Amino acid sequence: MTALPLLEVRDLTVEFATRRGTVQAVRRVDVAVARGETVGIVGESGSGKSVTSYAVMRILDRAGRIAGGSVTFSGVDLRAAGERQMRDLRGREVSMIFQNPRSALNPIRKVGHQIEDVLRRHAQAGSGDARARAVAALEQVRIARAAERYHAYPFALSGGMCQRVVIALALACRPQLLIADEPTTGLDVTTQKAIMDLVAELTRARGMATILITHDLGLAAAYCDRVVVMEQGRVVEAAAAETLFRAPAHAYTRRLVRATPRPGIGLRDLLPEPAPEAAPLPAGAGVVPGEPLLTVTGLAKDYAGGGTAPLLRRLLGRGRAGAAPAPVRAVDGISFAVRRGESVGLVGESGCGKSTTSTMVMRLLDPSAGSIVFRGEDIGAVPAARFARHPLRPRIQMVFQDPTDALNPRWTAARAIADPLLRFGTTRAVRPRCEELARRVGLPAALLDRFPHQLSGGQKARVGIARAIATNPDLLILDEPTAALDVSVQAVVLNLLADLKRDLGMSYLFVSHDLHVVRLLCDRVIVMRAGAIVEEGSAAEVLERPKAAYTRELIAAIPHPPAASPSPA
Amino acid sequence: MLRLVADRLITTVPALVGVIVVCFLLTRVLPGDTAAYFAGPTATPQAIEQIRRELGLDRPLPEQFARYVADLARGDLGQSLTTGQPVAADLRARLPASAELTLFGLVLSLIVAIPLGITAAVRQGSMVDHACRIVATTGVSLPVFFTGLLLVTVFYFLLGWAPAPLGRLDTFASPPPELTGFYLVDSLAAGDLETFRAALAQIALPGITLAIFALAPIARITRAAMLAVLASDFIRTARAAGLSGRTVVITYAFRNAMLPVVTTLGMVFSFLLGANVLVEKVFAWPGVGSYAVEALIASDFAPVQGFVLAMAILYIALNLLIDLTYGVIDPRTASAA
Repeated sequence: MTALPLLEVRDLTVEFATRRGTVQAVRRVDVAVARGETVGIVGESGSGKSVTSYAVMRILDRAGRIAGGSVTFSGVDLRAAGERQMRDLRGREVSMIFQNPRSALNPIRKVGHQIEDVLRRHAQAGSGDARARAVAALEQVRIARAAERYHAYPFALSGGMCQRVVIALALACRPQLLIADEPTTGLDVTTQKAIMDLVAELTRARGMATILITHDLGLAAAYCDRVVVMEQGRVVEAAAAETLFRAPAHAYTRRLVRATPRPGIGLRDLLPEPAPEAAPLPAGAGVVPGEPLLTVTGLAKDYAGGGTAPLLRRLLGRGRAGAAPAPVRAVDGISFAVRRGESVGLVGESGCGKSTTSTMVMRLLDPSAGSIVFRGEDIGAVPAARFARHPLRPRIQMVFQDPTDALNPRWTAARAIADPLLRFGTTRAVRPRCEELARRVGLPAALLDRFPHQLSGGQKARVGIARAIATNPDLLILDEPTAALDVSVQAVVLNLLADLKRDLGMSYLFVSHDLHVVRLLCDRVIVMRAGAIVEEGSAAEVLERPKAAYTRELIAAIPHPPAASPSPA
Repeated sequence: MLRLVADRLITTVPALVGVIVVCFLLTRVLPGDTAAYFAGPTATPQAIEQIRRELGLDRPLPEQFARYVADLARGDLGQSLTTGQPVAADLRARLPASAELTLFGLVLSLIVAIPLGITAAVRQGSMVDHACRIVATTGVSLPVFFTGLLLVTVFYFLLGWAPAPLGRLDTFASPPPELTGFYLVDSLAAGDLETFRAALAQIALPGITLAIFALAPIARITRAAMLAVLASDFIRTARAAGLSGRTVVITYAFRNAMLPVVTTLGMVFSFLLGANVLVEKVFAWPGVGSYAVEALIASDFAPVQGFVLAMAILYIALNLLIDLTYGVIDPRTASAA
């Protein structure tokens, strides 16, 4: 770097005062960003990557404080700057965009007004032209019908659209540096690509510098010039993106690169070192297909559209003819089968109906039409309210998306795992069975008496899986079971699921939006869009030779690190 | 908007029917014989029987109820036996006094509690926060009649700053020309500053008594709602965009925090209606609360039924108003309705 960097963070240490004393979230971190450069800060949860950016913006919450080091932006010492000066800098010189775009916007203020607030605050617009400038800012982030959307509230916009508004807000005053904190987490891959391309294009056109904070190595590789890898508050490696992925120098980086699902690798390749006892897994197509376990035919689900009719009209008996809004068809007559010992991936973007389908198969939701034949019996005909007592109920179990939310916070791990056992009548030898299940999912028996908040994300995921397999189910519905986990934990959990399937002979219905993860675990893949199946086939075939244009689009949108040789040099 | 109001009004019908039925039954099963009370302590059984027949109390309950409902439909709430006036006329004459007092107390407590709650949330752990907690705890811990008596003792008896706690106006002053029935409003409308000052002096102590009572829930909810909103993602966005502290706290945080505060207001108002009964007694306030208590003690059905009905309608109207306010504050509820 020849010129003076735009932002220079040196020796930054951030402390948080907690009930158990002071915790250093960021320790002696160095990051420099030159004008026009895009720098990625990559790390897993708790690595301090977001805290670093909050410290730069000086928007740490009450408990946090910068304990040491310096932050220099364009020659200004941000650590010494007064709050008033910082407020002038924020939004005008340095801006930020966030994850969860919907909650990042004021829910009860028109998006146009929110952009105006920023413009007026930084004297970029007066009362006369504020509206025109706000509409222009919306147009710049490619929001169609911007003048109309100016009046929209965030709840009326999609997640991707909200993120565009947040970007418009951040770029409205033409700052020199944009900090993007996990800007696409929780968005679909195609939306992610559109958003990231937009950010890249706008920042390039304006000669802005960007810091991209992400846990996704693929994303960092695709969009960053340089990447800084953080682990537990420390920078472990910093290098040009190309170099970092081709020849990761630090052991942690290597582990991270390894654990990232990418084309052309197997499930075992995700693990740091091949575990000695891990038998090679049969590749996707190698499983001998058994007889059909689950056969879904013509399954459909309609939702009443647009809320309920006003009570007045209902009371008067009117509003039935034509006035009621058309029902929304979430799932549109789909048919598929899951054989014994097979794992089938159900892939699609949010709103495609994949979760509605899995919820109906789980019999938590009544289908509008079609049959769900499980072990030769049409369980679709049993009302959801009564299925809980159905003899086939223990044969289908589910693993949920968020391992934390899926556990009762007041139950120990053992109680959570025992729940299905107690519910389905087993009262004897519950504890030994819990211990056996814990051993199976690799949860140390000592952790069985802990509460969810005392467990890590990976441990909670194991509890959720142990609970699901407690009744020896035939079919396990996995609803994005690793979406909330760090990549290294995801790697371990995916391998665990593969082992369990082999050992227990279960079938999986794996619901996910991540095609790479699906390919690693599933024999067959079903791609859904707008309630219908667009493509179905063996996992390898669908990913390598997709027939449908939509599948190709999905695969193309997934960013992945350059094919690297993650083995130690 | 109009359809929304109409829709909401229809949902209040079952509640009103329930109030009418329960209130009618309650007054009949309560101990105490109206006829005996009215005939006086020296009346003969024949005289009591005579009065009972006149009042229609000898009829079976369903018939009494049917007659009651038929009267209601004509706007006739019955005759008060204690005052000898139609209940509707009594309530009409006394309701403004109660409404003025309750609203005065509510507004007073809002003026104090909301800034207090906001400041306590913004400066969490500061002196203001602790003060907020102490004031709130004290406010709910003291029964209203005690607070009222305490204020009378200090400001009237000991300091002599306040006028005698005897009603809405000095005995020698004349009420302002009636417009709304609220003396404070009417006297201002008539440009009569002296009456306004006199009315204000009278309403100050009972109003403060009610305000102290209402302070706690409003301040605590404001503080809790503000804390929750201040920790949310969009506040972080607003701060990261460099918006000024005022904009962040008022435009972004408080407008969002208003939703739970408005909800609480409905509850606080109903508490105040209850507290009013005692406060009116302490300050000899000629409102509906003291009227109803006297009627209840006298086993005088009609005023009690009228009072409960009036309160129920008032409460339903207030909740309708709150629902509509919700729609104004939060666009999400407006579009869902």
